[in-house]
Amino acid sequence: MTDSSDYIVDLQQITFRRGSRLIFDGVDIRIPRGKVTGIMGPSGCGKTTLLRLIGAQLRPDSGSIWVNGQNIPELGREQLFAARKHMGMLFQSGALFTDLSVFENVAFPLRVHTELSEAMVRDLVLLKLQAVGLRGARDLMPDELSGGMQRRVALARAIALDPQLMMYDEPFVGQDPISMGVLVRLIRLLNDALGLTSIVVSHDLAETASIADYLYVVGDGQVLGQGTPDELMNSDNPRIRQFMQGEPDGPVPFHYQAPDYLADLLHREQK
Amino acid sequence: MSVISRVALLGRAGLDTVSALGRSGIFLSNALLGRTRFGNSFALLLKQLYSVGVLSLAITIVSGLFIGMVLALQGYNILVGYGSEQAVGQMVALTMLRELGPVVAALLFAGRAGSALTAEIGLMKATEQLSSMEMIGVDPLKYVIAPRLWAGFISLPLLTMIFCVVGIWGGSLVAVDWLGVYSGSYWSNMQNSVEFVDDVLNGMVKAVVFAFVVTWIAVFQGYDCEPTSEGISRATTRTVVYASLAVLGLDFILTALMF
Repeated sequence: MTDSSDYIVDLQQITFRRGSRLIFDGVDIRIPRGKVTGIMGPSGCGKTTLLRLIGAQLRPDSGSIWVNGQNIPELGREQLFAARKHMGMLFQSGALFTDLSVFENVAFPLRVHTELSEAMVRDLVLLKLQAVGLRGARDLMPDELSGGMQRRVALARAIALDPQLMMYDEPFVGQDPISMGVLVRLIRLLNDALGLTSIVVSHDLAETASIADYLYVVGDGQVLGQGTPDELMNSDNPRIRQFMQGEPDGPVPFHYQAPDYLADLLHREQK
Repeated sequence: MSVISRVALLGRAGLDTVSALGRSGIFLSNALLGRTRFGNSFALLLKQLYSVGVLSLAITIVSGLFIGMVLALQGYNILVGYGSEQAVGQMVALTMLRELGPVVAALLFAGRAGSALTAEIGLMKATEQLSSMEMIGVDPLKYVIAPRLWAGFISLPLLTMIFCVVGIWGGSLVAVDWLGVYSGSYWSNMQNSVEFVDDVLNGMVKAVVFAFVVTWIAVFQGYDCEPTSEGISRATTRTVVYASLAVLGLDFILTALMF
């Protein structure tokens, strides 16, 4: 068990496979309490998998995942759902309940986990919607919202129970510049105003670096590097430099593992 | 393909089947056992009773009516040759209550409500709604699956009763009102020959068993499907195929045990 309350999440020697593919090979990651921590890396390196491991939607093959002093993979079903009340997660797609209005989506966690009066639920929902700028959209259905608005509603829903830990899965993907700017500011603002700890999984370098206190760069099943955004920007490690400066050629291959290109083209009988 | 590969494939298929059976058993026990702490669980059940049961009423009533009418017509054409057309009511009622009512209602239910349940749950999985519910600290097995399971268990036996009643009435429309069988004979022969325990209750036992199996298959296929459009399509097909085969197979076993 982690002996420090400075870290809300402590992943120790995590190994995880998807089929025969090794996603994480003995990874250690610690998330400092009260900070915004960015997890960065190329597409397909397992960033989203990492969030799902912390949220216990996936189980590691080995290693321990301590969240608030509880080893998540060892929790029973009831304890796990209790632990998740203290976590919030913003999914890449928003994942709003399509049969509920914006208001009811945000009210959902309050209704199932609290016995607050209807008036109190209303006030809290409006507060959360106001925080994401969508109080006026309360009566709309999810299919009437743009992708960016859906994600903001999902954010309001994720913070409805005031979680201690907020996890953002690729929050900036597919956002227009205005929504992107709003989301970047919101993540930082909510973290500081509500005293949360935030984990932002993203490959949007500039946005993540602008709000993160600490960054991890993952790839090839390992933590390639960690540090403050400035430290990583000035890193001598060629893998980190390639990622932080967006260079196509370098130690991290652009191409998925494949046979020789010329040989592949000449063997037409093969698919 | 070598013999060894074929044996390996067979073994893999066997392991996959056993694994799926195990998963579906754990899935069912997690959904139905243990506490449900949602204050609005009755409202959730009512909502599902509407979409699973009430929305299946139209197809059930129309099918029951036509099947009863066809039974009476065929029965009359055969029985009239023996001068026994007065027994057509008895024939329609026993056929509906013992066999066609539970079986056809279950097959219709699998096609109408079962496929809809699978597609709905599969789409919730594909759009991460189930995952987001888990991360809110709400168990989707309790909140999404359990109300649908109970709604199926309750709806199908009721739909079967309605199917049988409408079918028997449809039979009387053809036999009595169209073909001129004496209505007293139609109803009194039925009354004399239909036993409550042997016929009505056994038919209802079948309906309860079919409700359990069809709904279980439907919700499990949705929950266990690959979260892609192709995966949902395959799961929906599997629901209808597996549920139909299970109903027909179980019907034979139950009939052998009951009658």
